[in-house]
This record gives sequence, structure tokens and C-alpha cells, in this order.
Amino acid sequence: MKARVLIRPKEGILDPQGKAVERALPALGFDGVEHVRIGRLVELEADSADELPALCEKLLANPLIEDFEIELL
Amino acid sequence: MIWGVLQFPGSCDDRDALAACSLTGEARLIWHAERDLGDVDAVVVPGGFSYGDYLRAGAIARFSESMEAVAEFARSGGPVLGICNGFQVLCESGLLPGALLPNAEIRFVCRQVQLAVESAGSPFLRGLEGQALSIPIKHQSGRFYAPASQLDELEANGQVALRYAVIHNLNGSARDIAGVTNPEGNVLGLMPHPEHAVDPLTGSVDGLKMFAAAAEAMGAKAGVGA
Repeated sequence: MKARVLIRPKEGILDPQGKAVERALPALGFDGVEHVRIGRLVELEADSADELPALCEKLLANPLIEDFEIELL
Repeated sequence: MIWGVLQFPGSCDDRDALAACSLTGEARLIWHAERDLGDVDAVVVPGGFSYGDYLRAGAIARFSESMEAVAEFARSGGPVLGICNGFQVLCESGLLPGALLPNAEIRFVCRQVQLAVESAGSPFLRGLEGQALSIPIKHQSGRFYAPASQLDELEANGQVALRYAVIHNLNGSARDIAGVTNPEGNVLGLMPHPEHAVDPLTGSVDGLKMFAAAAEAMGAKAGVGA
């Protein structure tokens, strides 16, 4: 089976990458864009979905600073 | 006093750490695939970019065989010093609290900074309480973070070992924290690089004080001179 894991910085944690992108947009003529947050998308194939949450908590995400969502495809 | 300095693929400060340790004892490198630390008295987890810092800084290194051995060593009270990437590895492995996030200003910073020793609970800071240390930083992900309740707990337990002096917090670390220990104090992680401040040639020898403090603490424990 295939799955997608979406990992993003927790709400309230400063995301300097997002801020840098946000600040660059007006210079390119894209106005009115705010709250840009940058995370990671991990695609994987696994024999079963059972272990995915544990795998995310142990390695793919750091639960102290990141939230994750698993999408089964 | 025998020091063990871990070496991961992608470490880059292992040699400087080895040289710094050699000034206060015997020092040897421990390759990441080694499961046995041998008879070392203290371990340094050095700076660099272990495993390319893929995923998150320190996230992969924590699963290395040598880190399993370090976790056991730390749990049995052995002194462990994590510097920069080593600090990130120790946080990722749960041996230290908190996490290191990308610098608030996103830029890589390389500067000599002033630190205040807040707590001398760690063998690496014994006798240095209240001192100001001049030690360089060089990192892009050094912003110490922990939730406010955990920060309160760290402060109450005396686990905040080092703080950046006023205007020297260049990465946006919570409460100016530059280094923390585990509750027992034997594991210390810090973003600044004491191993780069051991020779007058590079401007400061304050880093050497930390290696000497640990050597003295271990020597005293063994009942012999350091």
C-alpha cells in the first residue's frame, strides 16, 4: 500500500522558512499572501498501515515541534 | 581519563573535539557502527552534519549503534557532552529535553559569543558557576525550543546550564538558553563549540575549561589526580 505523510511545524512555532517565502512574495508581485508555513511531504510504500503512526512519531516527525497527518492512498 | 569522541558519516568537528580532549587525557574516536564504547570515562558527541542531517538535524544519528551504546552509558551516569550537531542528536534521542529549530533569522551564524554558566550541575561545568565564557557558535539550526511549561521545569531543576549573554542570542533560543542538561546533570548539550576555544591562537581558551572541569571531576571520582 502507498501512503503520504504530511509533516508541518506545530501551531505557534516560528517557521523562518515560511516567513522568508512570505517576505519574498510581494517583490514578485504576489500581494495579499500571509501565514506561509513550510513542512515536508513523505511518500512511502508499506506492507501494512499498522506501524505508520509509530514510525511517524519515532522518526518522520518530532512530536515536540511537528504535527503529522497520514493519508492512505 | 579516557575520552571517546563519536564519529558519524558527516561529522566535521570530531578531529577538533579529539584534539581538545587530548589536552586533558587520552582520546579516541568511536566510529558510528561500533556498539561498544570500550573503557572510556566520558563521551563527546561532536558537531557536523551526521548522516547529512537528512530529515532533521540529528534525527538519523540517534539510531546508530554507537548512540545506543551512548544511551546506556548515559543512563549509567557516564558524562556525555553533545556539541552543536551532537546537542541535536542528544535531543532527538531523548537524552536531553527540547529541540533545536532553524535560527529565527534563518541565516547560518558564525560568531564568538559570550555565555554565562548558570548551573554547575554538570561535570563539564563543575567549578565554573557564575563565570562568563567566550566560545564560538556556528550553526543554522540552533534555536533551542521547549514548551513554556517544560522551560519552567528546566529552570526549576537547574537544568539550564548555559545562557547567551545579552545581545549574544543570535539564533532566537527560548530564554537565551545555550545549553541544557538531563535531570541528573551527567549529560550536557550546547550549541557553542568549546572544542574550538582551546588555544590562544583562536582567541579564547575558555572552552578548554569545560574539558578540564570534566577531567578533574572524573579524576576526583576515581580517587586520583586529573
